Amino acid sequence: MRFFRRKSWSPYIVGIGIGVLSWFAFATANKPIGITSAFEYTAALTEKAATPELAEPYLQAKKKDGKTPKIDWEWMLVVGVFAGAWLSARASNDRTERTVPPLWEWRFGPSAPKRLAAAFFGGALMMFGARLAQGCTSGHGISGALQLALSSWIFVILLFAAGTVVTFLLYGREARDHV
Amino acid sequence: MFDSPYKLMLGFITGIAFGFLLQKGRVAKFRVIVGQFLLKDWTVFKVMLTAVAVGAVGVWIMVAMGWASLSIKPAAFGGVIVGAILFGTGMAIFGYCPGTSVAACGEGRRDAMVGVVGMLAGALIYVAVFPALQGLVNGIGNLGEVTLPAVTGLSPWVFAGALAFAALLLAALVQRRAEQH
Repeated sequence: MRFFRRKSWSPYIVGIGIGVLSWFAFATANKPIGITSAFEYTAALTEKAATPELAEPYLQAKKKDGKTPKIDWEWMLVVGVFAGAWLSARASNDRTERTVPPLWEWRFGPSAPKRLAAAFFGGALMMFGARLAQGCTSGHGISGALQLALSSWIFVILLFAAGTVVTFLLYGREARDHV
Repeated sequence: MFDSPYKLMLGFITGIAFGFLLQKGRVAKFRVIVGQFLLKDWTVFKVMLTAVAVGAVGVWIMVAMGWASLSIKPAAFGGVIVGAILFGTGMAIFGYCPGTSVAACGEGRRDAMVGVVGMLAGALIYVAVFPALQGLVNGIGNLGEVTLPAVTGLSPWVFAGALAFAALLLAALVQRRAEQH
């Protein structure tokens, strides 16, 4: 039990754990682990209910591919990620209700609205990009990469290149001393 | 509208394990994600490389035995390239990726919670403008659901072996550096 109460595990242990978990996902559900298509389906179901004419072209196109938005395995996986992280943070007393991370505060100041606006905008842009590419750091970066998909290796290399460039532009080289 | 309760349960269990691992791996923390993009904290890289190497060996064995089938995203170059650049930019601003932001919500982080609402907004926009995006997604070619072994003609075991070797080499080098300090 003490192992589960620890605040952190070696990144290699965690990596092995995620690798074995991907075997489990393929063995039990024949599915790769991913996060963002659940958000797309939630958005599609919401628009279908609220503004059907807006969702119609999307739904028609997906129907042709034999896909219908639904509450599926992956949707529950996302709920599980929240629950699992909550359990882990509770077990190790590693919870924080911080709004402004210290590194952000060092660069952009203590304003909470500023941080939250950036989080909202960054999250929206990230999700839009993920759906354009049909995957994220989990769906492409881990599940696609381990299946040796061409699309996933292009995605993961470009994502880290873009993220690194933008981070250096935003934070500057000095930020390295504040990590 | 819903998968079978059994499948939903399996997804939930898989998710709990995934969230637990992400939190223990410290990758649900703003400092660790931004630290990776600053090339200072290599936790994200270590977790991902190990996961991909271990995952590849097992999953390709299962595929060879006929116990599972691959589920590959199409190589639609426009969508993948533009998507990756927007994704990396958004992730740098937000400081979390989709999975780790959900895990960071479980940790209690308020900025991650607002970011997840932003992610839902991004998904709503994507669905609404979906037809207009298809030219961009497929405009510069789409090779379909192809793998590196299929493109190069090499055996998948060459790639799986190289990944496993890279992960072991990385672990050994990091260990040696830690012992020297």
